[in-house]
Amino acid sequence: MKALHNFIESKLKPPFDEGGKLHKYWPVYDGLYTFLFVPGHTAHSGAHIRDGIDLKRTMNTVIMALVPTLLFGMWNVGYQHYGALGIDATFFEQFLFGAIKVLPMVVVSYGVGLGIEFLFCVIKGHSIEEGFLVTGMLIPLIMPVDLPLWMLALSTAFAVVIGKEVFGGTGMNIFNPALLARAFAFFAYPSFMSGDSVWINTSVKEGQAVVDGFSGATALGDLATTGATNYSPLEMFLGTIPGSVGETSVLLILLGAGLLIFTGIGSWKIMLSAVVGGTVMGLIFNTFAPYALSPEQQAFMAVPFWQQLMLGGFAFGVVYMATDPVSGSQTDTGKWIYGFLIGFLAIMIRVFNPAYPEGVMLAILFMNTMAPLIDHYVIQANIKKRKKRAELKTAGA
Amino acid sequence: MSDVIKIKRGVDIKLVGEAEKVFAPAKQVETIAIKPDDFHGVRLKLSVKEGDEVKAGTPLLFNKDNEQVKFCSPVSGEVAQIVRGAKRRILEVRVLADKEINYEDFGAADPISLDREEIINKLTASGCWAFFKQRPYNVVANPSAQPKAIFISGFDSAPLAPDLGLLLDGQEKEFQAGINALAKLTPGQVHLGLNADKAAGRTLSGVKGVKVTKYAGPHPAGLVGVQIAQLDPINKGEKVWTINPEHVVIIGRLFLEGKFDARINIAVTGAEVKEAKYHSTIVGAPIKNFVEGNTSDKKNRLISGNVLTGTKVDADGYLGIYDRQVTVIEEGEDPEMFGWLIPKPDKFSISRTLPSWFQRKIGEVTYNLDTNMHGEPRAFVVTGEYEKVFPFDIYPVQLLKAIITNDIEAMENLGIYEVVEEDFALCEVVCTSKTDVQKLVRQGLDLMKEELG
Repeated sequence: MKALHNFIESKLKPPFDEGGKLHKYWPVYDGLYTFLFVPGHTAHSGAHIRDGIDLKRTMNTVIMALVPTLLFGMWNVGYQHYGALGIDATFFEQFLFGAIKVLPMVVVSYGVGLGIEFLFCVIKGHSIEEGFLVTGMLIPLIMPVDLPLWMLALSTAFAVVIGKEVFGGTGMNIFNPALLARAFAFFAYPSFMSGDSVWINTSVKEGQAVVDGFSGATALGDLATTGATNYSPLEMFLGTIPGSVGETSVLLILLGAGLLIFTGIGSWKIMLSAVVGGTVMGLIFNTFAPYALSPEQQAFMAVPFWQQLMLGGFAFGVVYMATDPVSGSQTDTGKWIYGFLIGFLAIMIRVFNPAYPEGVMLAILFMNTMAPLIDHYVIQANIKKRKKRAELKTAGA
Repeated sequence: MSDVIKIKRGVDIKLVGEAEKVFAPAKQVETIAIKPDDFHGVRLKLSVKEGDEVKAGTPLLFNKDNEQVKFCSPVSGEVAQIVRGAKRRILEVRVLADKEINYEDFGAADPISLDREEIINKLTASGCWAFFKQRPYNVVANPSAQPKAIFISGFDSAPLAPDLGLLLDGQEKEFQAGINALAKLTPGQVHLGLNADKAAGRTLSGVKGVKVTKYAGPHPAGLVGVQIAQLDPINKGEKVWTINPEHVVIIGRLFLEGKFDARINIAVTGAEVKEAKYHSTIVGAPIKNFVEGNTSDKKNRLISGNVLTGTKVDADGYLGIYDRQVTVIEEGEDPEMFGWLIPKPDKFSISRTLPSWFQRKIGEVTYNLDTNMHGEPRAFVVTGEYEKVFPFDIYPVQLLKAIITNDIEAMENLGIYEVVEEDFALCEVVCTSKTDVQKLVRQGLDLMKEELG
């Protein structure tokens, strides 16, 4: 370790130093060096001791929380594929098939995103920040498996440039970059992002064929169009249903949520209030289901609220996207309101507008826009309180 | 019996190297220094030159904008050196101390029989005025102003903080005389905050003429700012004065004996100190009196004050005038491979991403922390983390953002009058983005003072 450090310091660093040939690329060196080593910087002003946490550790914790859903997603891709073809496959075969499909998505997402980040950092001369480590992992998890890689690359590029770098990088963005990537793909290439044919890979080799009566629709898609689905609540919970790569398993998302809440990295207030919001909207729909216009709508509105929470990307969005501290509400009171409205709107959009069954994405992006407004009013309340205190004082004196 | 106010938000960082409750043999103070940097924002002028003979209580410096406020020598002797920095800014005024201290005579008097004016004149003439701090802005108080109240915190909750009961032991008479003088300075109350969970010691618990409030809970419960916020938060246009209890004792001596007798007790603490003990010394004493031959061989950081708010000093530096503690910890200059990934147990964290939370759960754990930043500075990302250690009805991040953008109105609205740097020290410690919070707060206070006075 010491030897490696000495090698880097003496051999690799000099060209990047002030006056060196590669000084322009200092952020690249700095990014790689600080990945390997936490630098020996000491506190120069203020407190002489500091907390052991930094942004890298924070982001790494979120990635840890995402890993179960990634692994499960890989397996599920294979499971769905072989299921659609009616082939008996071992667990390993299923996982391998999925891994071959999903890993390139992860590589493309990180490659494109980090590439652009590095470029911006070199141009602007600021150090490479960790935000994209999570975004790069989230993007493949919220895309359908059959999305062409170039579309994924384009969406990622859009998210990083328009969603983040134009605002000044990590910590400055208004929208959740990963969701922006999804929204971009959703509106730019709708036929690759929704419908019945994108969720399960049905590429066939010679001699293989899709089984009779196969439908590639997701449980949520079924419900939105016909009001019924063949998938059982248990399957929805475990995640053995078609959907975006990482969004299907509520069980593993709960595991991730557990880690985020336990470490304090993800806000339990947002998660809980979003679930409450979704429940309230679900119950309202359940109550008013008989009054809906069409029988399909009636059936969709009658879906028990707790199943609504397990469908589509609701759980994934609430746990991993809504809790993004940068684009979400920043005050404690604001978090309750923000989370509640995300849950509430997600179910509402999903049911009222079957063209966008993925209401969570739109709900969170909408609430990203609203978060500063919520915070504004929460802070205004604090300011009013302070002014009132001063007025009382002068009135009393 | 007074009510107990519970401070919920905060954290006690327990460090290795608490001072043993005994006094080390007293060392002769050979030189002292008064450091203008301790009096932030005051424009100072010298009233002595090198070679002048001074007594304890002879002015060394005075406030250019308010000549009544003087900064006096705590010892008698010869002005040895005036240390200047860039642009001839005065860094230190060093005085070579006599073996036996000669005092200027300011005349003993019972503060109860004096009026406000006379008390102020005595305090300003003798140099005791420097001990009064004013909020807002955290500056030396202006004697012509009327504070709505005076606040004294009777306990220190910072890491490795000395026990004030021991620091002030046996000084009941002086402390009471000081309090009597303070009572004349404000039309409001003199508040004394005590620790609800620990005995305060004879000096503090026996005092009369103050409003005692007890506080329970973790640091920053002992910060006077937290106590003000609980009892009587500062509104726009109001002023509150604060003073340390050990300085009240010095004021007491002025009235009892008529001299500026600036002897104080301090604690020498920290993991790299060989003998962590209490010391009797004088305001402005040299750091070497406490650390020479008393520290480990590692590369250490010497701090005048505690690890949260103290000032980094050199081995030939001097004790800050408001400090009651010297702390020595190791410099953390070693890079750590994958340090952001490995959950090592020797780091402190309020988050649960490190085993620190578990250690604190299962028992008393003391950390041996160094000065490493454990990461690089970033933009604000994580939310809700300052709030865990910031017991004010203030939105800390929003206030800091107002400071960064120089938005005076927003700063005022968000409560900048109620806080000083030290109130934000724990925020700085726990910050994921490694923001220099205290520096920012100082910047905001300076701007407010400049614009609004």
